[in-house]
Amino acid sequence: MAVLVTTTINGDRVEFACEPNEPLLDVLRNRLGLSGAKEGCGTGDCGACSVQVDGRVVCSCLVLGVEAEGREIETVEGLAQGTELHPLQSKFLEHAALQCGVCTPGFLMAAKALLEKNPNPTEEEIRFGLAGNLCRCTGYDKIVRAVQDAAKVMRG
Amino acid sequence: MASESTTAHPFEDAPNHVTPTVIHDPILTKTDFKRVGTRPLRPDGLDKVTGRARYGADFNLPGQLVGLVLRSPHAHAKIKKIDTSKAEKLAGVKAVVTAADMPDHTGGDQSMYDILENCMARGVAKYDGHAVAAVAAIDAATARAALKLIKIDYEVLPHVTDVDEAVKPNAPLVNPKLFTEGVEPKPKKASNIAKRTEFGHGDVDAGFKEADVIVERSFRTEQTHQGYIEPHACVASVSPDGTGELWVCTQGHFVYRNHCAMLLGMDVSKLRVTSSEIGGGFGGKTHVWAEPVALALSRKANRPVKLTMTRDEVFRASGPTSATSIDIRIGARKDGTIVAADATLRFTCGPYYGMWAELGAMTAFACYDLKNVRTVGYEVLVNRPKTAAYRAPSAPMAAFAVESVVDELAHKIGMNEVDFRIKNAAKQGTKASYGPVYGPIGIGATLEAAKKHPHMKAPLGKNQGRGMACGFWFNFGGQTCTDINIGPDGSVTLTVGTVDVGGSRASLALCVAEELGVPYESVKCLVADTGTLGHNDMTDGSRGTFSSSMAGIFAARNAVTVLRERAAKMWEISVEDVTWEDGHAKAVGSKYGNLAPLSLKEIAAAAGNTGGPIAGHSEIVADGAGVSFATHIADVEVDPETGRSKIVRYTVIQDAGKAVHPTYVEGQYQGGAAQGIGWALNEEYIYGKDGRLQNPGFLDYRIPVCSDLPMIDTQILEIPNPNHPYGVRGVGETSIVPPLAAIANAMSNAFGVRMTHVPMSPPRVLKALEAAKRA
Amino acid sequence: MQYEAPETTKAAVGLLAKAKGSAYVLAGGSDLLVRMKGGFVEPDLVVDIKRIKPMREVKKTASGFTIGAAVSCAELNENKALIKAWPGVVEAAGLIGSKQVQSRCTVVGNLCNASPAADSVPALVAAGAKAVIQGPKGKRKVAVEDVPVGPGRNSLKKGELIEAIELPARKGKSGDAYLRFIPRTEMDIAVVSAGVSLTLGEKGVIKDARVALGAVAPTVRLVKEAAKAIIGTKLDEAALEKLGKAASAACSPIDDKRGTIEFRTKVAAVLAKRAAQIAYKRAGGK
Repeated sequence: MAVLVTTTINGDRVEFACEPNEPLLDVLRNRLGLSGAKEGCGTGDCGACSVQVDGRVVCSCLVLGVEAEGREIETVEGLAQGTELHPLQSKFLEHAALQCGVCTPGFLMAAKALLEKNPNPTEEEIRFGLAGNLCRCTGYDKIVRAVQDAAKVMRG
Repeated sequence: MASESTTAHPFEDAPNHVTPTVIHDPILTKTDFKRVGTRPLRPDGLDKVTGRARYGADFNLPGQLVGLVLRSPHAHAKIKKIDTSKAEKLAGVKAVVTAADMPDHTGGDQSMYDILENCMARGVAKYDGHAVAAVAAIDAATARAALKLIKIDYEVLPHVTDVDEAVKPNAPLVNPKLFTEGVEPKPKKASNIAKRTEFGHGDVDAGFKEADVIVERSFRTEQTHQGYIEPHACVASVSPDGTGELWVCTQGHFVYRNHCAMLLGMDVSKLRVTSSEIGGGFGGKTHVWAEPVALALSRKANRPVKLTMTRDEVFRASGPTSATSIDIRIGARKDGTIVAADATLRFTCGPYYGMWAELGAMTAFACYDLKNVRTVGYEVLVNRPKTAAYRAPSAPMAAFAVESVVDELAHKIGMNEVDFRIKNAAKQGTKASYGPVYGPIGIGATLEAAKKHPHMKAPLGKNQGRGMACGFWFNFGGQTCTDINIGPDGSVTLTVGTVDVGGSRASLALCVAEELGVPYESVKCLVADTGTLGHNDMTDGSRGTFSSSMAGIFAARNAVTVLRERAAKMWEISVEDVTWEDGHAKAVGSKYGNLAPLSLKEIAAAAGNTGGPIAGHSEIVADGAGVSFATHIADVEVDPETGRSKIVRYTVIQDAGKAVHPTYVEGQYQGGAAQGIGWALNEEYIYGKDGRLQNPGFLDYRIPVCSDLPMIDTQILEIPNPNHPYGVRGVGETSIVPPLAAIANAMSNAFGVRMTHVPMSPPRVLKALEAAKRA
Repeated sequence: MQYEAPETTKAAVGLLAKAKGSAYVLAGGSDLLVRMKGGFVEPDLVVDIKRIKPMREVKKTASGFTIGAAVSCAELNENKALIKAWPGVVEAAGLIGSKQVQSRCTVVGNLCNASPAADSVPALVAAGAKAVIQGPKGKRKVAVEDVPVGPGRNSLKKGELIEAIELPARKGKSGDAYLRFIPRTEMDIAVVSAGVSLTLGEKGVIKDARVALGAVAPTVRLVKEAAKAIIGTKLDEAALEKLGKAASAACSPIDDKRGTIEFRTKVAAVLAKRAAQIAYKRAGGK
């Protein structure tokens, strides 16, 4: 039987009903129209579905929708403030840190979490911090550079 | 056999477009560029960083059902009976489909029949993961429950998954009706070898007699998957009137349309296919897998059906590359001249014929200028999923074997491996081992650049080795159709039919902006659906930017003709007196001295009064794709106690012809190298004794993660392709070819061990290190 | 499926005890949801323990540390006191999955999932950790190594759950370390792993040690012979050699998609030696 859940997504109060065994990823994509998070594997191995829950980055495929009750969720759709892109979004564009782009929302959310904890990471810290996000197009080079550059901008 | 087919060759463009390297009629016209060669932002980027971009699974239609596929758990089994009655009766189930719902419309076309059978097993399941039935239901839970209610009575048959086992005389037969093609006399006994092909020239046996040193080795490479992050996904909608729509992630929606229409018995013109943003393909999305099944479900349910594969299904039931077994023999004189080269290549195809060994045989020695060369390919059927293209298909395995032996031979002669390659490198006028005579090519230039590269002289750390290797890919051209429409405000819509897999919309807009003389920002490039343009071949073989830019430039030139006519009309002068420069019509001749040039914008604004909308169109077979060469340098560190390797430095040097958007060219070089590194070190399909795939997921099919790789340095060389108006060559694929051998050569240089089995995973490396220690 | 998120341990035990059909505890979900996705389990009841406050805490007491069952590994890695006392345990916990998985996964979940390759378990076994079990019949404590009984099977009885892990207080010159072998640098399951904890006596001589190996047997193995090999030594070459031999001798692994018998047996020795050296250094040995 479906369960009614009240949560906050990108600052907005949201109510939804979902099956108790339904992953948060399916709720976001199929019930709430937030298809920025992607299912690359459904088993937590690729990071394409990364979102933040209560300030920590998670794979939304490994969270139940019902667990969202009372939590604060951030998705890629909430990254830009109005027409102003988040520095990570701008730098990913500028550095061509994406090709097909299907991993990009996950990388942006993971990179945001990384920089919130560590505003001045080394290349190695960035590489290990993003190891849970698979990209098959870029070889990661331009992604790492984009994160380095965004970190610089965010430090001011 | 499939080779007679014209509609659906297993590698769609290959037969027509892999060989045109002879320059008949050079059309290169341009060397001074204003926009081509700059690095603007891609038009699809903003949607991709904000989550708005719509991929295969991000599209929905009203009343849409969820489709799921039931797959064989057996590597090889006769399907004695399928009972779908219970599933059909389950509330919420709207359609159940088996092979019985997909009658044969292929009219004797064997390769299309193979595709039909691969999409839905017909009497026999031929691999673990082979589709046997499918359902469409109101939601995923109902569809999952329905799959469990389908009862299948299997009779398990003997199976074979290993390439060397499959060619043994008493191996279980994957297709008991298969007789080897390409051998005389025609065999009377069925076998798993679908076809033998041979390439080469000269007298190989005589050549070896001239050799001072001969190196002979056998190699194996395991099966790998393209590993695109987006699983296959589509939304299919078929109406009872015989019309249909398909939204799908694909590298070639026109080809998908043609194949789906044929398999479903529909008119091609009545099936409209729209390509979504594609979340990676690398060759794996050049082939229909579940799309015909989704259409069949929709037709039966009379409702739209969304069908997405799980990652497990992607690994088990889409198309990985071949597993291979390769024998190489190369002989050289003491002065470093290669006098003879011979290769025998056995490539797995899955259960259906494909030209995979053939492509390996064609590419194997393509880097070298050889007097006596022979390559023989055997296409081997096994109980694994149907092989599909993977970035420069078949070339990486062949290059792994050849480039390993080339290195070894150089060292045996006492020559530096770069100098040895430079001495034997193919050049303009060389007759390639696969037949044609090369035009201007870049192998020598990439080798010279490697020799001079600072990477070559950088000091190495403890337990580190440096290796290098070369790679080749043909590059394809093919059928291409493009439109340019100029809006009343002078902005330009470029409509192409090649799917953008790596930033081609930006590159194509750059070319058209260059040709029209307008800013990049005023050209919007769209990928059209199949109802909007004529047929386009797929984005494969590195043809997307090459062929659509050629068609785009020709379309722009046609538009310029119209623009000149309109300007002439506005000025009331003869069109012969109007030229086009820098986005403006100019009247030529002193008598027109007081006529100010007309901008494209001004001409467009007046179009309503001068003859109506302004457009340019082009439909071509884009022949003359310039061949592509690369040289890579790899520094590898190995833990001698565990056999684990780490790439510590990596450099890619490749000829781009002309780099339209250099940043995106770099991206192709880096991405290909990363895939090659993954292939070299850890990626492999692992089958159990039961013939079932043991690692169908990203946890145990180990593609490189961010912390596995260093920055990947790139050097773009530009040796113009004379067959393209801007000199462009395809750049997407060659970069995956050299890494396997470059890394193996690095290990050999560091530890004196010759790795002959890819992936060079820690257990294999440790074993080799210990064997070397004992020896 | 029924989903419950009780706020007390008692309520959680009550739900599990009276559950009909299959009941699972949900902490981080990084194993459970994967198994649900693959259709390997179809729970009738899932009890989410993350809203039970005491289970969300790491407590430092006179007798050591108590790690609540719902504390994520990311939280463990932010606990400076715990890192100082048990760096090897925290490192091991920090190796489970990606940053995304770290935000959710727990050492108790890792333990109860009972994989022989579980990263945190060899470190916990080496540390001499105890599991605090709550059940319908009250509370009991067992050594961590007694929780898993085989791949995917644990010794918990119906209605029982692990409330917390207890780590002893660190005294004197002590150190621990955990190393695993994976083919990539991240995101893999351990092919073989080793946890070592030791305490030094006079003049840098090891007076106490525990060595545990992962992925070389159906459950994580406490290898007493390996500990014996280094007790009474200053971890000289001979002791290390003996340690490696004892580690290899304790292996009874399988050939599978992740590694071979031969490879696991050899590398177990390598990792045990390397982990011992790190632990020795951390203890202040030279």
